[in-house]
Amino acid sequence: MYQKYRIKQLSIFSENRPGRLAALAKAMMEEDVNIYAFSIAEGAGYGVIRALVDHPEKAFKKLSSMGVTVRYTDVLAVEMEDRPGGLYEVVRTLAEAGINIEYSYAYSGKRCAVVILRVENIDRAAETLLEEGVRLLEISQFT
Amino acid sequence: MAYLDEHMETISREELEELQYKLLRSQVTRLYSSSPFYHARMREAKVHPDDIRSLQDIVKLPFVHKKDLRDNYPEGMLSVPRREVIRYHASSGTTGKPTVVCYTRKDIDTWTESLARGLTSIGLGPDDVIQVSNTYGLFSGGLGFHYAAERIGAAVVPASTGNTERQIELILDLGVTAMAATPSYMLHLGEVAEKMGVSIKKDTKLKVGLLGGEPWSIKMRDRIDEWLGIKGINCYGSSEMYGPMFTECSEQDGIHIWGDIAYAEILDQETGGPVAPGEKGELVLTMLQKEALPMIRYRVGDVTEMVDEPCACGRTHPKIRRIFGRVDDMLIIRGINVFPSQVEHALMGIPEVGEHFQIVVDRKGALDTMLVRVELKKEAFTDNIVQLMDLRERIAYRLRGILNIKAAVELVEPDTLQRFEGKAKRVIDRRDI
Repeated sequence: MYQKYRIKQLSIFSENRPGRLAALAKAMMEEDVNIYAFSIAEGAGYGVIRALVDHPEKAFKKLSSMGVTVRYTDVLAVEMEDRPGGLYEVVRTLAEAGINIEYSYAYSGKRCAVVILRVENIDRAAETLLEEGVRLLEISQFT
Repeated sequence: MAYLDEHMETISREELEELQYKLLRSQVTRLYSSSPFYHARMREAKVHPDDIRSLQDIVKLPFVHKKDLRDNYPEGMLSVPRREVIRYHASSGTTGKPTVVCYTRKDIDTWTESLARGLTSIGLGPDDVIQVSNTYGLFSGGLGFHYAAERIGAAVVPASTGNTERQIELILDLGVTAMAATPSYMLHLGEVAEKMGVSIKKDTKLKVGLLGGEPWSIKMRDRIDEWLGIKGINCYGSSEMYGPMFTECSEQDGIHIWGDIAYAEILDQETGGPVAPGEKGELVLTMLQKEALPMIRYRVGDVTEMVDEPCACGRTHPKIRRIFGRVDDMLIIRGINVFPSQVEHALMGIPEVGEHFQIVVDRKGALDTMLVRVELKKEAFTDNIVQLMDLRERIAYRLRGILNIKAAVELVEPDTLQRFEGKAKRVIDRRDI
């Protein structure tokens, strides 16, 4: 029942060398894919690029055809108010429920701010947040 | 079990050694009187054909090195009248002049016989279609397999190298059952086939890979066998011997060295004396029947070990294990001998990475550094960076266990390291020594 809140994030394996991110970004531009948010986690000599886009399937197909190592990772996209305390209200709920956040990044959209959460138990996190009246973005908003 | 020459292949060891002695004696006697090169060498070493009174006396004879072939380019070591030569082959000559090898009609016949015995021992015969994907031309690999395959009555597809898509179409359309190639090309072909939507295992009749020309590990063999659904047969030879000559039998347990054609010794690289039985050392071969360009105690430069136990296939001739590496491939890093084949062996045990790798050796200050770059498999990629770090550590730990030195590990994207159709060049040595 929480399936609709599992947002498909793109996770991309990339060597850490000049021009790599530019090549990926150019491909997204050519496919007319808008990137809402992204982050780069740095390993040794490589990075994992995580991106939330408006058309994940189109982006996935394009990247795969380029030989890029890409996979989907389910994340939650949580709406929060763009004011002091907005983030606290969201993560406090999870802290109280003992849910650990693996990683997270955020963007400030036109309507509100969004925090993207990768958690171990995604359904339980969704349930906890919804019970507290927190708004989650739905998968239908990313097609 | 089919034999090409049952009597010779199952001869008793005593009879074989007696035959080897006779052949050696007559070869040395002929060369002493008719080859200026060998005559001078034997005089220098103060050894006369009459000093060879047993097979063991072979150690009295001086070695021949690859350098001798280069120094005597093109035909200084020719030991028959020139009109008896019916073929030349040549090596690429990466360090200066190429080396030229020449053959009489009997040499071509002995070569063909040697490899044809091998093909028969794998179970190949007139019902088979053998695609020869070794280079035809100056390189002896293509024509060597070609002649041997014809000798056993198989149909030959002389594909040579290159145009992998076309090679795969031929395998499909002609019902190819065996293919001769380098092991790295076999893997490359498997990858290209997958991209074309062809499963070598399910969609083709290919059952045997005649693989050689570069050192490869048992793990790589097992991977090829399992993934492609074939038997990867280890083949051995070099143009100075004749060309590809010796193979494993269907037991896949060591390469049969036909004793009536070649006498094999394994030398300790340090002392130049024989190694203890079963130990690794440098292979030294004496060609007992070669006419145009005889090779007496030729230091091939390959490191292997001898297996002197009877083979389950019933053949009695000595066997060698896989080629462990080249004497000159050996890297010395911080004083420790490292073979690229050891790195390959280590990586084969890690399912998350592919079989292509690159070794970069450098020197920082006074210290050698070693970096192993390896491709992360697409399906092994995880969004979890801790798991990727953990994988790197696991590879480094395994390398350390096998090599006895610390190597840094870099995970790279799939299909980004260079592929090789011939011998793989996997080492970049940036040390300025």
